[in-house]
Amino acid sequence: MQEINSLIGGFGVALTWFNIMLMLAGVTLGVLIGVLPGLGGANGVAILLPLTFSMAQQPGGATSAIILLSCIYWGALFGGAITSILFNIPGEPWSVATTFDGYPMAQKGQAGQALTAAFTSSFVGAFIAVVMITFLSPIVARFALQFGPPEFFSVYLLTFCAFVGMAKGAPFKTIAAMMAGFALASVGIDTVTGQLRLTFGFFELLKGFDFLIAVIGLFGIGEILLTIEEGLVFRGAQAKMNMRVVLETWKELPKYWKTSLRSSIVGCLMGIVPGGATPASFMAYGVAKRVSRDGPQFGTGKMEGVVAPETAAHAAGTSALLPMLTLGVPGSPTAAVLLGGLLIWGLQPGPLLFVEKPDFVWGLIASMYLGNIAGLIVVLTCVPLFASILRVPFSIIAPVILVICAIGAFTVHNSMFDVWLMLVFGVMGYVFKKLDYPLAPLVLALVLGDRAEDSFRQSMLISQGDMTLFFSKPLVGGITTLALLLLFWPLISMALAALRARRAVD
Amino acid sequence: MEEPRNDDRAVGSMRTWEAAVAVAFLVFGSIVMWDSRRLGASWASDGPQAGYFPFYIGLIIFLASMANLVRAFMMGPKGERPFVTVSAMRMVLTVMVPSVIYVALIQNPVYSLGIYEASAIFIAAFMRVVGKYAWPMIVAVSLGVMTVFFLMFEVWFKVPLPKGPIEALFGFQ
Repeated sequence: MQEINSLIGGFGVALTWFNIMLMLAGVTLGVLIGVLPGLGGANGVAILLPLTFSMAQQPGGATSAIILLSCIYWGALFGGAITSILFNIPGEPWSVATTFDGYPMAQKGQAGQALTAAFTSSFVGAFIAVVMITFLSPIVARFALQFGPPEFFSVYLLTFCAFVGMAKGAPFKTIAAMMAGFALASVGIDTVTGQLRLTFGFFELLKGFDFLIAVIGLFGIGEILLTIEEGLVFRGAQAKMNMRVVLETWKELPKYWKTSLRSSIVGCLMGIVPGGATPASFMAYGVAKRVSRDGPQFGTGKMEGVVAPETAAHAAGTSALLPMLTLGVPGSPTAAVLLGGLLIWGLQPGPLLFVEKPDFVWGLIASMYLGNIAGLIVVLTCVPLFASILRVPFSIIAPVILVICAIGAFTVHNSMFDVWLMLVFGVMGYVFKKLDYPLAPLVLALVLGDRAEDSFRQSMLISQGDMTLFFSKPLVGGITTLALLLLFWPLISMALAALRARRAVD
Repeated sequence: MEEPRNDDRAVGSMRTWEAAVAVAFLVFGSIVMWDSRRLGASWASDGPQAGYFPFYIGLIIFLASMANLVRAFMMGPKGERPFVTVSAMRMVLTVMVPSVIYVALIQNPVYSLGIYEASAIFIAAFMRVVGKYAWPMIVAVSLGVMTVFFLMFEVWFKVPLPKGPIEALFGFQ
């Protein structure tokens, strides 16, 4: 049980007064970010990332920095539930399923119970996912140590094909958005030959597009534009939270342990696959509806209908960090931003991280346990405070958020050009969202573009341009086949449906 | 909040916008392919050339947006729905236009205000025009927020932001 020893060492790293303070601050900021329109987990972390540059330079500072940023992420995950239940506005895409039963509960005057159930099941889901990360990630990392460039490229391929296969919308839109991300990533100086690509003589484009600017623009500004279009009146339910409500709800929750367990498993499995949190929450809701005795009453305010999606979404959101840490492949936009943070601090995510920086890795894993406990305490005690923020009129909130986004974009490279770029990405985000072009694959491609291209080039050098390299060994061949299967999944499922329909006619 | 006059006329249909964005992607993909060809998108003696990877990216963008363009014209009645109504568009512009002016005020060739002064003016103007607040409230909020940001960035985290004339008076450069 080497993992237990490593974990205890990790607690030693994470449990300093400074880090605990950072955890509480991070979770509080995160909930705030999750509650405010236009500031989601991904761009909240992106805006605050530059503040950690100097912190990460100090010895042990990288661990503190990742604790701060990951706690913002946990906070944002918790915060999504508040807006879903009280205001029927899903703060994040994976909280959409929470509104189905959460908002009706709030309307019936059971907002406190709904929130307690949501927070507690979020905590349970995250906890199970962290336990899985604790024991599974060293194994995956050890396994991945044998990976060469072809294996890494096939994992990247799998990541991106999964987006196409799992997307709800039009697959060609997913492909177009994703490839646009890759194209933007290739702008600037080519790292191998030193040639300038796609700069067209503009000095500002030499350093390429920073994904942080894209995240702040696409998710931040784009979201504000969408929110303001819908009229900006938040009509929210009042939440009465006190110890009595919390304890009563906790007494009721153990009844749903089967739903919790099932949803956690769905969440953990889906979270490892990129873009998995949102489908995981819907799937968990659907399964619970089918299995539960109260199934037909789902949607009218059943607590089980809050437990299922929240558990799955949090489990998925947490386990999205497993491929990020072990393989360097983030499972969600926020995990991608965290990965970008690691790179900026000079840490190379991937299997070697476990060998070279065990303090950092286990400090982070230990902080996931502590951060989620801190998160649960903060949200259970401060809901009225956070809900009151949503009652601040939009004409005050909107300009302040825009200012925060502008400052965040500027601090990435101290460049005004980036702030202009942010506005352009904002308009792009608004139009893309309205036309159902997915933003997550674009951002992930922008983050991973250089790494994917490097592994592709190195593979091609090994094989002298022979593409069959990606099928040459069982491991790389297996991953590539799986990737292609996922890529063509929309076609395959269409063909299967057609076959079934024909059989039904016969 | 300004009472938005309800104007349900559409600013372009879904189909028009779908097609326009698909064409934009087409052009983008073509530019990527063209520039990659310029760099060399084939196999050199020392391995793939600089344009090798981006060329195929451009090609995929081109093909995918062709498919999106075709789909845009096959949308049927769904394509007739408005992309955005005039009144919604007006709301979006109430945010977008001041934002552009705000970013221009921070730093420009004529007279740069710096991020703190420009932000304070931006928040104040937005509160006045959109929210119709009284001046004492406006001054309190805009100055309060910017003071907090100033302390946070310049003093605690020591992240320098573009500064303007007022900070210069106090000796912050």
